[in-house]
Amino acid sequence: MALLTKKDANLIIDPLTDNNPITIQVLGICSALAITAELKASVVMAIAVIFVMGVGNVVISLMRNIIPAKIKIIVQLIVVATLVIVVDQVLKAFAYELSKTLSVFVGLIITNCIIMGRFEAFALGNGLWRSFLDGIGNALGYGVILVIVGFIRELLGSGTLFGYPVLGDPIAKTGLYATGYENNGFMIIPPAALIVVGIIIWVQRTQNPALVEEG
Amino acid sequence: MLEHIELFFRSIFIDNMVFAVFLGMCSYLAVSKKVATAVGLGAAVIFVLGVTVPLNWLLDQYLLRDGALAWLGPEYADYNLGFLSFILFIATIATMVQLVEIVVEKFSPALYNSLGIFLPLIAVNCAILGGSLFMQSRDIQTFGLAVNYGISSGIGWFLAILTIAAIREKIRYSNVPPPLRGLGITFIITGLMGIGFQSFGGMLTGGDEVPPAEETTVEVPVKSEGTNTEQTVERTAVTGADSEKKEIENELSKKDKEISYTEAINR
Repeated sequence: MALLTKKDANLIIDPLTDNNPITIQVLGICSALAITAELKASVVMAIAVIFVMGVGNVVISLMRNIIPAKIKIIVQLIVVATLVIVVDQVLKAFAYELSKTLSVFVGLIITNCIIMGRFEAFALGNGLWRSFLDGIGNALGYGVILVIVGFIRELLGSGTLFGYPVLGDPIAKTGLYATGYENNGFMIIPPAALIVVGIIIWVQRTQNPALVEEG
Repeated sequence: MLEHIELFFRSIFIDNMVFAVFLGMCSYLAVSKKVATAVGLGAAVIFVLGVTVPLNWLLDQYLLRDGALAWLGPEYADYNLGFLSFILFIATIATMVQLVEIVVEKFSPALYNSLGIFLPLIAVNCAILGGSLFMQSRDIQTFGLAVNYGISSGIGWFLAILTIAAIREKIRYSNVPPPLRGLGITFIITGLMGIGFQSFGGMLTGGDEVPPAEETTVEVPVKSEGTNTEQTVERTAVTGADSEKKEIENELSKKDKEISYTEAINR
């Protein structure tokens, strides 16, 4: 048996496109928007969520037969909170500057609805390997949007990528700035993230009219 | 008294949960199709925030922060249980939501039926946990201010979901391009409202200055964890041109977070 059957592969591919957690399922928006002014923060956030979701889905899947239905939300929250504490402490130890940029949003991974949503919808009813793939797939779908938004906002807002100037020097007026280009301060302020995501949704649904919703 | 009024308006308009920090967006987008349901959820959020933020403030003050255990005796003064705050905060929230559910079901079945599905949703609404985490990182000083902060940020969230629900009810009659219908246009409207809410930033200062919270402290000694060197951070030197103001504000709020983090570590 192949490691990835076609059905298994779909668990990873679907959330990247037609079943994206952010643009289609509308889950986990908060953190997707708040930390995307810089690409670096977006990438780290995406990695953190991939870790938490992959491991969390496996843990929940392993425990699915022994969790009493009445307290399953609390059990799920404890599992996520534990994993998030690990992420938070690792960030504080090895990337302190970055953990300050992300501030409370690392903690907010706990309440990221993608995680609870996938626990509820998938890990509680499926085996270990498939739950792992599902977790990784959805977290990747989330990460892709995060990185796209971070890329657009940092490039247009600050003219940098990962902190390196790619459009030239705005003060010495080199590169693109020599032609009169100016950094778009709008992209740095929070509401810009909403509008960028709105436009991503627009583009995605233009390409795939089946996703268009009523009302 | 003045700081209460300031915090109240600040958390409703300037630091609005939805428009400034995007908290509780999932339920904000999912439950904002009708005004009636939006009001129900909004009211529940005000209540839960109003209860959990003060409770978590007590937890933070007497259990979690560095040196908080000093009341147990001098030998406990060095303990810092800050890393446990996520798990304790979320436990408080889950418990309170469960409790509210039981109480409401017992005493007001009608309200319970109209809120029924939303109450469990609140436990995983990031606005609730976000309220407690911001309470911790912004270093709210007194219990009264924590109550105020909880309730007023709840009101801010309520206001946001009420407005978007009203707009979405009307938008059904307009001709939105099909791919943008539903989610897309809601995002863009929220973005535009966010831009509108940014202009409240001048509300407490009367115009051209940055919001007061950023300029209250002039110099804060900050010890960065990695190097343990003392450095001073200027927080008021904002005389930039208007075009740079946004960037500077951004920088300032970053510094603000930075400072509260390091302060929390050093306390």
